[in-house]
Amino acid sequence: MIAVFKHELKSYFHSLTAYVFGAFLLAFVGVGSMLYNLQAAVSNFEFVLSFGCLIFVLIIPILTMRVISEERKQKTDQLLYSLPISTTDVVVGKYLALLVIYLIPLCIISIYPLIFKRFGDVYLLTSYGSILAFFILGAALISIGVFISSLTENQGLAAGISVALILLNYYSVSLSEYVSSTAMGTVIALCVLILALGAVIRYLTKNENLAYGVCIVLILAVAAVTYFDVKKFEGLLPNIMKTLSLFERFYAFVNGVFDMTAIVYYLTVIAFFLFLSVQSLEKRRYN
Amino acid sequence: MISVEHLTKCYGDFMAVQDLSFEIDEGHVYGFLGPNGAGKTTTMNIMTGCLSATEGHVRIDGYDIFEEPYKAKKLIGYLPEHPPLYMNETPLEYLRFVGEAKGLRGAELKRQIEDVMERTRITNVRNRRISELSKGYKQRVGIAQALLGNPKVIILDEPTVGLDPIQILEIRDLIKELGRTHTVIFSSHILSEVQAICDRIIMIARGKLVAFGDRDDLEKMLMRPNEIIITSDASAESIKEILGGVSHITDLQFEEKGPGYVTAHVSTDHENIYDISRAIFTAFAEKGQALLEMTLKKANLEDVFIELTERSVNDANAPESQNAEPAESEVDGQ
Repeated sequence: MIAVFKHELKSYFHSLTAYVFGAFLLAFVGVGSMLYNLQAAVSNFEFVLSFGCLIFVLIIPILTMRVISEERKQKTDQLLYSLPISTTDVVVGKYLALLVIYLIPLCIISIYPLIFKRFGDVYLLTSYGSILAFFILGAALISIGVFISSLTENQGLAAGISVALILLNYYSVSLSEYVSSTAMGTVIALCVLILALGAVIRYLTKNENLAYGVCIVLILAVAAVTYFDVKKFEGLLPNIMKTLSLFERFYAFVNGVFDMTAIVYYLTVIAFFLFLSVQSLEKRRYN
Repeated sequence: MISVEHLTKCYGDFMAVQDLSFEIDEGHVYGFLGPNGAGKTTTMNIMTGCLSATEGHVRIDGYDIFEEPYKAKKLIGYLPEHPPLYMNETPLEYLRFVGEAKGLRGAELKRQIEDVMERTRITNVRNRRISELSKGYKQRVGIAQALLGNPKVIILDEPTVGLDPIQILEIRDLIKELGRTHTVIFSSHILSEVQAICDRIIMIARGKLVAFGDRDDLEKMLMRPNEIIITSDASAESIKEILGGVSHITDLQFEEKGPGYVTAHVSTDHENIYDISRAIFTAFAEKGQALLEMTLKKANLEDVFIELTERSVNDANAPESQNAEPAESEVDGQ
């Protein structure tokens, strides 16, 4: 794992990716703090971060697009499979390298509140609480990016899907207001989602029976709930979209609440997507 | 050392490898031979843990590659068909990564890297980017990677494909050299290459084992009857008559070669081909016929290879008609 970690870190600094990522993040947060803290003279650094997290839509895919897809393209994944290291080592090693690359600009950013403190009243606890949450939010998004990169050998495709997913997640709360909250609308949306899930399962496992099985069981469950208590579905879809939003939970920190459930949620997302990445790599061995 | 037991691999409906079993002993150079698409790469990928098997086991020094991959993989160095190189690194950086992943650290890592670079003769390009290296050098970096950690077995998948003739010779020499210190398995679809380097041969076709054993034994055991080609101005009928008195002739085929000349291909199963050529010569002399030309054609592995692979294809396609064909040609010869 250490070998993969060191190698990955080095290769990121060999290419421009790490620098581009850091530069974008610093520039965006810098512009944010200029607008909020300097021009508008707001003493809350956390508002800058809540503005800054929009840049994740662009820079996380840049960072993660090549992490696994490039191995496939250059056929170096064969080397990784034949070395005496486990797939988990590979994925975790790569992920940790990405976190370090992400941490470097973040370390610079965490000096800002201290600088502002010299010129006025800055509430450091919420500032650093938000920076921590900002870090974990980014870490969760990176884990999603890693997973998407493991699905394809085309970097561009990986980046595109990541941008779309993160953007969708970013706007999911605003979108949820436009989503039908009636029970019938939810049932239809759930069925569509279940079919999409079935398609993903089929693509990942190449096992049609499993995909059909999962679809049928879930659709039957939805049908059963619809039959017995259709009211349960009212407003469910917007709720789901709100609950799944990674960004929405971050705003709690910005508002000065250190939300432990959000931290746990982020960690769960990280573990889940890293697990999926390992499975996606393992699957290549079983195709 | 390595035991492959009833290995089967299916891609959907397609059986890439079918019930393959063989044992690899220590201290030999094994040639893994088969036409394109025979399942060589699939088998090697399974042996090195890059691919799962549908059925069967691979054990390396007693460690199952699927159940104890860590211990098993430490005993193997593998160079896949496309050398898995990070193009924007230098050989030194690349080897350092592979060495660390194989668990080498500090002075030992440095020593081994120097050692494998020396052996594969890439020390002079150690600080150039791999993407700038020639194909032959890339292949060497790939082999150097496989040698790190001093594994007992080196598995090379078509290491000479796509190289120019001089590079091919260099890589072959390198493999021969490795054969002195390691067990080497390397795959190829070029027979002469395997004949030149290996002392044991595993031959597969259509995912099935068709022959396995010592190169010399295999040549002896599976050799097609040796062939003598004679040209004479006698008619085909009279040649048939003259050769009627010569024993050990298994097949006789004629070919018109211009007006008045006939070329006959005489096949024999006699061990010493000179005995037969002497007998033919005497037979012609007794009848007062002239032998205008006589060429001895010794069977080689190429023929064995073609025959075996064709046989296995026939087996797969039409198992019944296969027996009929040789019988017909025998009648022809009588």
